[in-house]
Amino acid sequence: MLELRGATYRYAGYARPVLHEVDLALRDGEIVGLVGGTESGKSTICLVASGLAPLSIGGELRGEVRIDGEPTAGLSVHELAQWVVIGFQNPATQRSGVAATVFEEVALGPMNLGLPVAETLARARRALATLRIEHLADRDPARLSGGQGQLVAIAGLLAMGPRHVILDEPTAQLDPEGSNLVAAALRDLAATGAALLVAEQRTDLLDGLCDRVVVVDGGRIVLDGPAAATLEDRRLEDWGVEPPSRVRLARALAARGLPSLAELGWPA
Amino acid sequence: MAGVSTVAAGAGGASGAADAGVAAAGASRAAAAAIEVAGLVHVYPEGTRALTGVDLRVAVGESVAIVGQNGSGKTTLVRHLNGLLRPTEGVVHVDGRDVTGERVARLAGFVGLTFQDPDRQIFAGRARAEVAFGPRNLGLRGTALEAAVADALAAVGLADAADVNPYDLGYSRRRLLAIASVLAMRTPIVILDEPTTGQDLRGVALVREIVRGLVAEGRTVLAISHDMRFVAEAFGRVVVMREGRVVLDGTPAEVFAEAAWPALASTWLEPPLAARVGAHLGLGSTPTESALVEALAVRS
Repeated sequence: MLELRGATYRYAGYARPVLHEVDLALRDGEIVGLVGGTESGKSTICLVASGLAPLSIGGELRGEVRIDGEPTAGLSVHELAQWVVIGFQNPATQRSGVAATVFEEVALGPMNLGLPVAETLARARRALATLRIEHLADRDPARLSGGQGQLVAIAGLLAMGPRHVILDEPTAQLDPEGSNLVAAALRDLAATGAALLVAEQRTDLLDGLCDRVVVVDGGRIVLDGPAAATLEDRRLEDWGVEPPSRVRLARALAARGLPSLAELGWPA
Repeated sequence: MAGVSTVAAGAGGASGAADAGVAAAGASRAAAAAIEVAGLVHVYPEGTRALTGVDLRVAVGESVAIVGQNGSGKTTLVRHLNGLLRPTEGVVHVDGRDVTGERVARLAGFVGLTFQDPDRQIFAGRARAEVAFGPRNLGLRGTALEAAVADALAAVGLADAADVNPYDLGYSRRRLLAIASVLAMRTPIVILDEPTTGQDLRGVALVREIVRGLVAEGRTVLAISHDMRFVAEAFGRVVVMREGRVVLDGTPAEVFAEAAWPALASTWLEPPLAARVGAHLGLGSTPTESALVEALAVRS
């Protein structure tokens, strides 16, 4: 379980907080989608939930973050990394800059956790295989396409065998099948008991993946409910969130008085 | 239903375009070429063969989406069009001129290119200065420069952020700023690398409007995208890449038609939901929601 309790956060150098009294509990084995318009506070929630804000980037947090019931205040970044990992929007932010090959990059996390060499290598191989990027193993991580970089960053997180995972737009630069592979890997992680928070603009991905979806607007949680119902909420567009394709299509059919998708026998 | 032109390996986009199946795209190709790429091969210094033989002709005023698996060569291809990369083999003509030997500074007057990662592009301390950099280098000064900057910032919804430090903007707004920097150069060819990535509903609508506006002005627009719904709705032509070459080339209705799905799947793409539902109902190729709704309305 990963919890934010009454979390109000102000970035260093800013006069006002950008998150206000956020309560969010991610249960073990649960995949929670986080949606909202540009600069609504999604990325900030990710940073606070991962502990990097304020631990690594400063600023001021009121309220608290708890992992498995224990407050995270007072933990160091490397201690926290054993409990919760975060994947950033831009894979270039994630890249260590010290690894000469993709394999080394992916192995870096488990290595830093002090795992035995054999275990480290096995985890790196498994993570590459899960996302079908074994062929990139010997490439220079700085010379990958945007999407390949994103897959390598996610493989690096998987290799850490994380207890809980925070992802900020993990599939933004991925082709559809790459997104499907990431979704399958996240489901497998959840099945091990991890709690996952996935911030995404692409609601099509969240529609099939999440148990629950949370909507954030102006730094506050404005809706929190089962994924299907939340993604069908009429207010989504007012909050700057594009509804999933199936919802848009259903509305377009209804507007013309045509049969619903279910009546048309879809999904087939 | 028209079949998509499946470009045989190495046969070339120009010959593929002669297929009867791409009549719509073919008609526009009688127009002057904005871009002509023939036999383009690119091998990166460490040995990665990113392009293995690309042939592509884009007519002036066309809107072309370039799609394909991660690492299929999309970004490598477009970086040849403004001279950031030079061919290992093959030739690239932009506006009728061979880019070999052309300086990037001169090509910048013809081709505006945004980067996938805005942080590789943005360097100024104010949004206004960032956007002014390109057009100033092209010789614009005074009120003309100010107008170009103001128009470009307004087009991406950042008019009120002109004096903000770009790094005080969130990532998705920095991406929009990078697009504004290219728009301000008013180049005849505009290339956008994954313009909708990370954008919310309003951001995607802005990008769609920008593409529509550029096309209405007769400019040539290329965009790399993984968002198949955006591709189907905003572009007249879709070029599909796999392993460094073009494997499909046609209108959205052709490229997302059921017959082309195996080729799409081979490069890790799937057609938009509207196309899948349309095929399921035997309505032919309905790549967009509006096409599907129209086809259903006609049938009932």
